[in-house]
Amino acid sequence: MTKRGGKSGEWLQQLVFVGPGLIAFSIIVLVPFLLGFYYSFTEWNGLDLNKAHWTGMDNLNRIFMRDDKFWAAFGFTLRFTAVTVLASNLLAFLLALMLTRALKTRNLLRTVFFVPNVIGGILLGYIWQFIFTKGFKTIGEMTGWSFFEQPWLGTAGTGFWGLVIVFVWQSAGYMMVIYIAALTGVPKDMLEAATIDGAGYWQSIRKVTLPLIMPAITVCLFLTISNAFKMFDLNLSLTKGGPGTSTQSLAYNIYAEALVNNRYGLGTAKAMLFFLAVSLIAVTQVWLTKRKEVEA
Amino acid sequence: MNRDRSLRYRLAGIEIFAILLALLFLAPFYFVLVNSLKTLGEILVDAASLPEAYKFTNYSRVWDMIRFPTALRNSIVITAISVAGIVTISSMTAYRLVRRPTRFNNLLFLAFISSMIIPFQSVMLQLVRVTSILELRGDLLGIVVCYLGFGLALSVFLFHGFIKGVPLEIEEAAVMDGCSPYGVFWRIVFPLLKPIAVTVVILNTLWIWNDYLLPVLIIGSNKDLTTIPLAVTRFFGQYTKQWDLALAGLAMSVTPIVVLFLLLQKHIVEGIASGSVKG
Repeated sequence: MTKRGGKSGEWLQQLVFVGPGLIAFSIIVLVPFLLGFYYSFTEWNGLDLNKAHWTGMDNLNRIFMRDDKFWAAFGFTLRFTAVTVLASNLLAFLLALMLTRALKTRNLLRTVFFVPNVIGGILLGYIWQFIFTKGFKTIGEMTGWSFFEQPWLGTAGTGFWGLVIVFVWQSAGYMMVIYIAALTGVPKDMLEAATIDGAGYWQSIRKVTLPLIMPAITVCLFLTISNAFKMFDLNLSLTKGGPGTSTQSLAYNIYAEALVNNRYGLGTAKAMLFFLAVSLIAVTQVWLTKRKEVEA
Repeated sequence: MNRDRSLRYRLAGIEIFAILLALLFLAPFYFVLVNSLKTLGEILVDAASLPEAYKFTNYSRVWDMIRFPTALRNSIVITAISVAGIVTISSMTAYRLVRRPTRFNNLLFLAFISSMIIPFQSVMLQLVRVTSILELRGDLLGIVVCYLGFGLALSVFLFHGFIKGVPLEIEEAAVMDGCSPYGVFWRIVFPLLKPIAVTVVILNTLWIWNDYLLPVLIIGSNKDLTTIPLAVTRFFGQYTKQWDLALAGLAMSVTPIVVLFLLLQKHIVEGIASGSVKG
């Protein structure tokens, strides 16, 4: 195919097609990422970016020995991820099951459930700050239900559940779209065969549908796990990590260390540990669910 | 038939349940819209009631306070240029990676895919350093280059998967007719990529439009480039508990992207479904 131009033409093509992408990717992602391994072992602050001096294991010692808040944020993030991944996927799957039936308002409902997703975490956090502090109060006064009359966002517990509610509300619609696409691809005759063999509704879902949509489950779990584990925007606008630092996610803890306390070196060290944790969790999950995928 | 009737009842039951759930999903928007038209006093008395009079004074005041026209313009310009750049560059890169799977190119593809797992926090501080050295901070070009860098991986991945299915014969025929390699790509291959290009545009637009931390770091000091999320955050930093103004500001800030979604929802939903199945 490339007889014309010969070797130099090949090089030029490589340069034209791949060059711009390679350059942008290198200076924005690759080089900063690799630099992270160096800066993790330095004392470096945001006031004078040019000066970083090597301090060896100091940052890591500090994180592992004396940084309770980092580990509290780690625990918070793990709990948050576990709860939201479960809740978001269950809700999304349920919505998808309902909205693949022949409902009259099906398309409208799909739109409604998806809408929260197009709005970013920052704006959603501010919107829900109002809902939790003022809206819930009004509903509580009207109904007398103690659920609404709690000091929402005012305690560590309500802050946690507040974040969970908004996150699930936002992400369920996206996962629903993926599950709907997968459910539409499940062959009708296989479900009918299961019914003829005497399988009930939930039984045929468990034995026929779920194994067949495993690829979608892999994707949805991957997306929700990594989004929940990396949650930041919502954390910033809804609770600011508070009250105190009780609802700080890992990403927020790193942000605060670097951009509020101005400890860039320590922040980078934490961020690289964060990277290790994210990769470990994501790779394990994909490996586990991939094993369960079957052919239709 | 009896079976049909019970099935119809069941469907109706599911429909009612789903509609109730949808109303619950929409409730936050009701609270925002209703209260954005009230005075602060009215809001504090009862946040659920309809406003006594429909006045848009909150909107006109906050419009200037957050400099909404500037923020909207910046969000549009930054998103549009970045997305156009991402589509151009990532489709070209992916094309070459598919058609010339040399060892270097395969390695590069692997690097793109692996990089998708890196959290933003793990590169952001070093990125501040790198962009300062390259004098990319504080201007439009800088933020666009950053979005190109961060947007490439997923986009190359999506184009890569699609181009693998584009038959080589079409290209060979064009070469026979004397078309240059660049002509083959732009005139023959690129038009075929439209379905996946739509997905790439949608996924990147949603993300870039709503992004907060990167613009804070790269253009934070330059007020002329403030985007919508930055403007809203700055407002909340200055005026806490001014819910009458805040809600009007939130309502207008949310509107552009929601309207865009409603206009393009068919493409968006299809784009997301096809974009994720490739994974």
